[in-house]
Amino acid sequence: MTTVISVENISKAYRLGVISGGTLKEDVSRWWARLQGKADPNLKIGEEHHARKMGQQFWALKDVSFDVKEGEVLGIVGRNGAGKSTLLKILSQVTTPTSGQIKIMGRIASLLEVGTGFHPDLTGRENVFLNGAILGMTKAEIRSKFDEIVAFSGIEEFIDTPVKRYSSGMYVRLAFAVAAHLEPEILIIDEVLAVGDAEFQKKCLGKMKDVAGHGRTVLFVSHNLSAVRTLCSSCIWVDSGSIRGSGPTSQVLDNYQRSSTSEVDASEAVLLEDPNKQFQVLKARVTKSSGELCSEFLCDEEISLELFCQVRQLVPGLYGYLQISRRDGIAVLESDSFDPGTNPVDGLSCGEYTFTVTLPARSLSPGDYVADFSFASPMGLSGHTVDNPGEILSFSVSDPNSRRGNNRRGFFGTLLAWKVSPYSPVLRTIVTETDVPIPVESRPNTSRGVNS
Amino acid sequence: MSENIRIDVPKDKSVGEGVWTTIISPHRGWLDWRLDQLWRYRDLVSLFVWRDFVSAYKQTLLGPAWHIIQPLLTTLTFTVIFGRVAKLSTDGVSPFMFYLVGTICWTYFSSNLSKISNTFISNAHLLGKVYFHRLAIPISVAVSNLITFGIQLGIFGVCFLFQHFRGGNIHLSGWIFCTPILLLMLAGYGLGGGIIVSALTTRYRDLANLVSFGITLAMYGTPVIYPSSSVPEKFHWVIRLNPLSPVFEGFRLAFLGVGDVNAAQLAVSFGMMVVVITVGLMLFTHVERTFMDTV
Repeated sequence: MTTVISVENISKAYRLGVISGGTLKEDVSRWWARLQGKADPNLKIGEEHHARKMGQQFWALKDVSFDVKEGEVLGIVGRNGAGKSTLLKILSQVTTPTSGQIKIMGRIASLLEVGTGFHPDLTGRENVFLNGAILGMTKAEIRSKFDEIVAFSGIEEFIDTPVKRYSSGMYVRLAFAVAAHLEPEILIIDEVLAVGDAEFQKKCLGKMKDVAGHGRTVLFVSHNLSAVRTLCSSCIWVDSGSIRGSGPTSQVLDNYQRSSTSEVDASEAVLLEDPNKQFQVLKARVTKSSGELCSEFLCDEEISLELFCQVRQLVPGLYGYLQISRRDGIAVLESDSFDPGTNPVDGLSCGEYTFTVTLPARSLSPGDYVADFSFASPMGLSGHTVDNPGEILSFSVSDPNSRRGNNRRGFFGTLLAWKVSPYSPVLRTIVTETDVPIPVESRPNTSRGVNS
Repeated sequence: MSENIRIDVPKDKSVGEGVWTTIISPHRGWLDWRLDQLWRYRDLVSLFVWRDFVSAYKQTLLGPAWHIIQPLLTTLTFTVIFGRVAKLSTDGVSPFMFYLVGTICWTYFSSNLSKISNTFISNAHLLGKVYFHRLAIPISVAVSNLITFGIQLGIFGVCFLFQHFRGGNIHLSGWIFCTPILLLMLAGYGLGGGIIVSALTTRYRDLANLVSFGITLAMYGTPVIYPSSSVPEKFHWVIRLNPLSPVFEGFRLAFLGVGDVNAAQLAVSFGMMVVVITVGLMLFTHVERTFMDTV
């Protein structure tokens, strides 16, 4: 396999503080002083040694090297501020490295955001051409793919409407559709999947899988680890400006997740009040059945998720939605307020309420979980979503008591009954071969759980 | 420059050094302009031009008619203020035609200069996300202004014919064949000056404020609303030093048959324009690499 991108010892330093002081006078006096061999007159006393040297610099990337082979789909993960975006910016030639060199073979296109260069006054059709050209397509290429792009976006009816009249969803769909039809040899993608509704995200992911399947080289940066897991064959983990791990995706991601588990540890969350919302979750907690705040549960305990909410204005049709997912982003359990049969959240009058959702003991397998809440109504004032606090709570479940304990895989922690009864060949033959019913003996009382 | 040339590599061949299509490195020469790459972005330039043209008049009542109304209004104002009130000399030509030529040419120069000066600042959101040859933006500005210039030249043509049949004292001269060169120089000064300022404004925002003021001042220092022949002897050096003077005198000589310019002056001015463009490209290339970190 040919190496198509070779990154060699890339470093990038940013100067901290106010760049150049902003005025010509200071720069000139600094330059003049340098010519005469004097100290910088604009520095405070005692600053001389630091200013021009290391002290004022921040290394966003330090000595990063890696190779990307042709057709490889490489994931880049890391926390916010780890240097992923800087790396992508350098690869996209938006900025240059401070030292080091990158060699690239083939046409490269980068998608650091969707809809770059969209002009609000122009129509969808016009913007497809403009955006396509900005991303590096020729007019002829765009023309030949135009119908495909429009079909993918699913907004055929509005293609001749100015994009400023689009809903944000439509805007993003069209923008992604253009980007998805780029055909460079190397594609750099940053977080574009974090757009649109769930259905469209699925479509995007499918399209990306397509792209990756066609032997295209793709560099993919995302916080959506399950997307990285499905798309990428190998991964790089960037941490504070240098590469902390690289190799097969599953191995790198496991290490990455292990290091970041302790980060989102919230058994209680307080949300900023927004008086414009008709309905809002103000506070959320994870508690034991006794009402005690807790973030580490045993499988045998009930887990209660409590929300303190304020209804400022009656919202007809209001319902709640809860998703519990594992730390790697895989959804384990979904629930909504229609689950009890009638929706208790609908039609609440103004006031404050506590909603409690209880997970019965032994429903989840041991592991770390995140709870994601949102409230919506088909009749909400500002679109479908009424309040979307998102992933506000997290907790862990462990299982020290059962024999399989914390090694139990899968989604459930439920202990199943294993029943045993004596095998009776006579009974079976008679039932299948004759029609004479034979009274069945009372059930054997030998059943017992393996673990009990 | 070898790294800029795109080489199609057969996919199955094992490759070594020297076939890389792009090399990203921290340093780039002052003269490494990569103008050959610019050709690849010709579609982008044409779409930028088209965007500027179309979007400028969306949701306006009169639409592209503003291209015609604007210079006519300016010319009328000049005719009243400088012609009627201040009674400036117009070399014996109808003041309206005199100011019309001046306005059209000056508008082309000044709108290029002021818009290109903002290349980096006003396109930061775009330049921070995608790479394309950065010169595509200034060039597209110059081209879309050229279209406006063309339309306005059409108005001049109509006015010229009207005046001509009424027996006005105007006639085209043989210099009309120099129009492409004059236009090139006008565009060159606007583009070169614009990219110099745009490169400097990434560091010194102060300059942006200075530009609009400077353009107004420059108009009075250039024979736009007066002929250089009417300038008092002791200020002649200002006109002589101003490299734009021969261009404007040349335009008037071509379109109105009056003007004070010779080939030598034009040649010197042309040389100056080449210098301005070169300095502009050097600064632009230097700043382009890292401006995202400072804007």
